[in-house]
Amino acid sequence: MTDARLSGEKLTLAYDKRTIAQNLTVAIPDGSFTVIVGPNACGKSTLLRALSRVLTPKDGAVLLDGERISAWPAKRLARTLGLLPQSSIAPDGITVTDLVARGRYPHQGLLRQWSREDERVVAESMDATGVGALADRYVDELSGGQRQRVWIAMALAQQTPILLLDEPTTFLDIAHQIEVLDLCADLHEQGRTVVAVLHDLNHAARYATHLVALHDGRLVAEGAPGDVVTAELVESVFGMPCRVIDDPETGTPLVVPAARRKAVA
Amino acid sequence: MSTLVETPSPPTARAVGARRSARVAGLVAALLALGVVSVASLAVGARPLPIGDVWGGLTDPASPAYTLVHDMRLPRTALGVLAGICLGLGGAVMQALTRNPIADPGLLGINAGASAAVVTAISVLGVTSFLGFVWFSFAGAGIVAVLLYAIGGGRGATPARLALAGSALSAALFSYVNAVMLLDTAALDRMRFWTVGSLAAGDPAIVARVAPFVGLGLLLALGVARPLNAMAMGDDAARGLGANPRRTRVVAIAAITLLCGAATAACGPIVFVGLMVPHLVRVLTGPDLRWLLPYCAVLAPVILLVADITGRVVARPSELQVGIVTVVLGGPFFLYFVRRRRMERS
Repeated sequence: MTDARLSGEKLTLAYDKRTIAQNLTVAIPDGSFTVIVGPNACGKSTLLRALSRVLTPKDGAVLLDGERISAWPAKRLARTLGLLPQSSIAPDGITVTDLVARGRYPHQGLLRQWSREDERVVAESMDATGVGALADRYVDELSGGQRQRVWIAMALAQQTPILLLDEPTTFLDIAHQIEVLDLCADLHEQGRTVVAVLHDLNHAARYATHLVALHDGRLVAEGAPGDVVTAELVESVFGMPCRVIDDPETGTPLVVPAARRKAVA
Repeated sequence: MSTLVETPSPPTARAVGARRSARVAGLVAALLALGVVSVASLAVGARPLPIGDVWGGLTDPASPAYTLVHDMRLPRTALGVLAGICLGLGGAVMQALTRNPIADPGLLGINAGASAAVVTAISVLGVTSFLGFVWFSFAGAGIVAVLLYAIGGGRGATPARLALAGSALSAALFSYVNAVMLLDTAALDRMRFWTVGSLAAGDPAIVARVAPFVGLGLLLALGVARPLNAMAMGDDAARGLGANPRRTRVVAIAAITLLCGAATAACGPIVFVGLMVPHLVRVLTGPDLRWLLPYCAVLAPVILLVADITGRVVARPSELQVGIVTVVLGGPFFLYFVRRRRMERS
């Protein structure tokens, strides 16, 4: 197995008394675009929340560079590992630049306020996500796709080698979904390790370099999409009969649900 | 559909720099306004003084205005400044903490706790001096803050749970205050001025006693501006940025307790300033608390002093309590303001 700076060892994940996952071990290969997939309520987002230390595991440990993530000082961790949560709130009346600038939080302190460096990184992050032209607009006025790119720009401004994205394409139409995924692929190509939770298996298969499939809080399969996405796996995990063919665009696996009845001619 | 447009990097460096200078200049202007209003507060009253006499009244014990300015109007003005800081900052921190735009220092029940403690002190324990109120007020505010945190979920506190717990506590405590005042008419008399909110009782000893608490509350509030900024985007986002929502919440509640306890002790529950000022200031500064909080701390005293001066002028030779003036003048203005804002947005 390749090196993994970030991994979860024998994780038990729970909210209050409701256990989501038990004895879950997973490693995020360095430099990969890892996508976590699985049916609703399988623990995808919970796993991502644990990997980003927003959720503390009941048992087991999340390790970053061999050290328990809980032992990392918060700001140092936030300079290594960026998170785009599933639902974030844009403060009322905030501009795009100001929201992206909030990504600089872990680089600032009481004595180290706004600097040229912050300035430069914020501008770069906005350019990289294509929101530079929106700099002075209010975030509440933007379309869903634009807003999502602004949030990604904020996570970028954190300048972390590892980026975790919780369902970054939810609530977007198909064109904006692809736009956001292309952006994630760009960020990955620039050398970041990207981890995303995605709902759409075909998107996952097309963009991921490494897939992690969960079912009922258990790791069912992991590896390259071409090896993981098979008709048997999809049927056993999602309970849906299907065919897997080659994506005519990319050659990656494409899941085609089986028709219950033939099309009405 | 929006496409990735190749844009020249915006001149953000200059833009941010210019905006920063504008904000610093605005803050200086606000401080100047506070100075002007403070002088006016020393000069205006049942016996108006020319500005020249104000200086003499402050510094020269031989001046005929010395007693008036030094012993009455100076403490009253100082109290107005302190109470204004408390209400403006308390309201702004409360709104940020609960992510609730209609939050004011009354929302979390901390004012109610202070009031209930003072009523108990007057009615049951027979405390009569304003100096005595101070400690009861803080004790009441502190107890409610602890209760609030426990009922609101402790380590799992969320903005919604805090606001709900606060509203419930507030309702229960105010019905207790009303019950005591109805049953005990003598206490009612003494309480009447206090529950409306008045600066007239300004007394150098009260000012001196309250000031350190206000100072500490001010420092704590300004200290959590940055983590509260991060928390404005949700607890998960805040933790992702390396902030500590749990610790920030504790510090913010401590700051609110100090500020509300001090304001309530000194001049009774003055409502509305804490709700209104942060909204007005947000138009000037945007949602960035690093600017919003200092602006509130300067502009809320300006508004409170203007209200107090107005109250001294309109009903001469008698006075209207500042708590009444802020609502009578502030209410319609705020309605107009909210309406105009909504129309601009849509």
